[in-house]
Amino acid sequence: MNQNVQTKRVIHLVKRGSISRGKAWCIRLIAILLSLVVCGIVINRITGENPVGVYGGILSGAVGTKRRIWVTVRETMTLLIIAVGLTPAFKMRFWNLGAEGQILIGGAATAAVMIYLGPLLMDWLLIPIIIVASLIAGMLWGLLPAIFKARLNTNESLFTLMMNYVAMQIVTFCVVLWESPKGSNSVGIINQTDRAGWFPNLLGSDYTLNVVLTVIVTILIFVYMRQSKQGYELSVVGASQDTARYAGINVRRVIVRTMMISSAICGLAGAIIVAGSSHTISTTTAGGRGFTAIIVAWLSQFNPIAMVMAAAFLVFMQQGSIQIASQYGLNNNASDIITGILLFFLIGCEFFVRYKLEVSTVQIGDSVGKSVEGSGKEAQA
Amino acid sequence: MTIILTFLQQAVAQSISILFGATGEIITEKSGNLNLGIPGIMYMGGIAGLMGAFFYENGNEHPVAWIGVLISVICCILASALGGLIYSFLTVTLRANQNVVGLALTTFGTGFGNFFGGSISKIAGGVGQISVKTTSSAFRTTIPALSGLPVVGPLLFSYGFLTYTAIAVALISTYVLKKRRTGLHLIAVGESPATADAAGINVNRYKYTATVLGAVIAGFGGLYFVMDYLNGTWGNNGFGDRGWLAVALVILALWNPANAIWGSILFGALYILYIYIPGLGRASQELIKVMPYVVTIIVLIISSKRNKPEDQPPASLGLAYFREER
Repeated sequence: MNQNVQTKRVIHLVKRGSISRGKAWCIRLIAILLSLVVCGIVINRITGENPVGVYGGILSGAVGTKRRIWVTVRETMTLLIIAVGLTPAFKMRFWNLGAEGQILIGGAATAAVMIYLGPLLMDWLLIPIIIVASLIAGMLWGLLPAIFKARLNTNESLFTLMMNYVAMQIVTFCVVLWESPKGSNSVGIINQTDRAGWFPNLLGSDYTLNVVLTVIVTILIFVYMRQSKQGYELSVVGASQDTARYAGINVRRVIVRTMMISSAICGLAGAIIVAGSSHTISTTTAGGRGFTAIIVAWLSQFNPIAMVMAAAFLVFMQQGSIQIASQYGLNNNASDIITGILLFFLIGCEFFVRYKLEVSTVQIGDSVGKSVEGSGKEAQA
Repeated sequence: MTIILTFLQQAVAQSISILFGATGEIITEKSGNLNLGIPGIMYMGGIAGLMGAFFYENGNEHPVAWIGVLISVICCILASALGGLIYSFLTVTLRANQNVVGLALTTFGTGFGNFFGGSISKIAGGVGQISVKTTSSAFRTTIPALSGLPVVGPLLFSYGFLTYTAIAVALISTYVLKKRRTGLHLIAVGESPATADAAGINVNRYKYTATVLGAVIAGFGGLYFVMDYLNGTWGNNGFGDRGWLAVALVILALWNPANAIWGSILFGALYILYIYIPGLGRASQELIKVMPYVVTIIVLIISSKRNKPEDQPPASLGLAYFREER
């Protein structure tokens, strides 16, 4: 090598033309393992528990007993149905950040039916009414931002976000209205004695209906998206509104219709939470799941299997970290920190699925080398 | 008269966290980054400031107020800058979707705040009640002579130093955005990164700087709330939805920090209005609290209906910029 020619290593970002499915999953698996290591270190720093104890604790917290397994399944199903509900809207590139509010309103409708109609009707009639009421409530809550998006192109992500807090105040209002005992500022367990409106115990579990509803909705939505004309229309609108208009698709109608479906399912998720698991209503009924589900839906890129796996993984870790936190007398918010860390890794790794880093050696010193170095710097920047 | 005075004072006290948050978010959004992690970052800044002061006061027999303030401010800056860095790294360098990263950051930050806020005394070895009296009273020190004046004193001079900092930061931000080259470059980056890039502006550097700076400013909102408004205590979820109000205020302020000053006082007033309306039951109070959000929605609709170019969000807001993918 010539003495006045120096070499320098530069890193290029290169977009992958295609990536084999195996390799993509391999990258994701590495990200998951890394995130587990980081979570382990964080828990170890806070509690002083050794690594084996940390992961053992997570495992036992998530699936340690039959009851815990069912709680993990129940929470997974809840997160899954919200993510499934959000999917059509996202496919249309409509940022529905309002799942939180749609869940709350669906939950409030459920609680209202349980409280007012619970003493009057039989269960076989009450539960269908609950399901319909929550669907309608959620749908109406999503309708307003959709109409304004369709008519005036009002920013939907901010609109739906604000609707969350309107919903939250309405629920606070309802809590005061329905509180029992008076002055407790909490609704308590609704219909505790006669269990009216509670999802029934089927096949030995209180949560069978949660699973059944979620599976039905998931299948319906993916068939709708992949097989139906409407599903095709919404994906065209998502890809390009101009193309859709050119093809004679009524864009406004598609936006409103898709958002109605999306928010109705989020409302149903509210019913599943209120009638199927918590049997009460409060402002924390949605508990941030509306936001976590957005990330689940986006990460899994409309792939139902990936969606189930992502939801299950997050819930597994949440339940596990809640267990560890309570062992050490720390509070449940530990699970949010863990969720956050996992999400950062899962989000970040998608970059490495789409791009690869190439390290190459360039020469500095002659004219050709200089120009190469220039382009190398651009790639870094 | 006294009631009106108290009302205004309370409204200002409520407004400061929202103002910090909104100013930070505006600076961030001007670079084209819609950082929905701001509510989380505000939690992080607040709890970090509290923890810094707490560990300092806990370890010292005779804590010195200004050192406590300094430590708490530095901790707040570090934590919120960390939040901003995580966001920038994922969205700018790793090109991830901004909404998704922002929401993950809010989940993380809120959990971070509530977890350490709830466990701080446990972690410190079960010392019981968290107390940072010396530091928080320094945060709450008012301007000595002027605050004694009638009417003007309580109205204008009865606040801690962070209140004046918030207003100053908002005014300076507007000045820089409108008059200085740096500000104009930043606006160019947010409006059309490709054009800015062609003009020789380092797009990524602007995005990083604006996002981290915005995060730090927003973090001060959390610090103000914990150290000044709450006297250095922590209530889980006590900060509530103020972070989202800050994001909402950006729309009301039409992406101008100076507008956010009166906007935040309006939000603050709407936030506490229910206390001052006579004859409200507990339930109807809750319905009044919905006002700030309804106002924001109305502003959002009106500004989209009028469609004036200067009232619109930065054109590339929410979109990542990759030079190679033009």
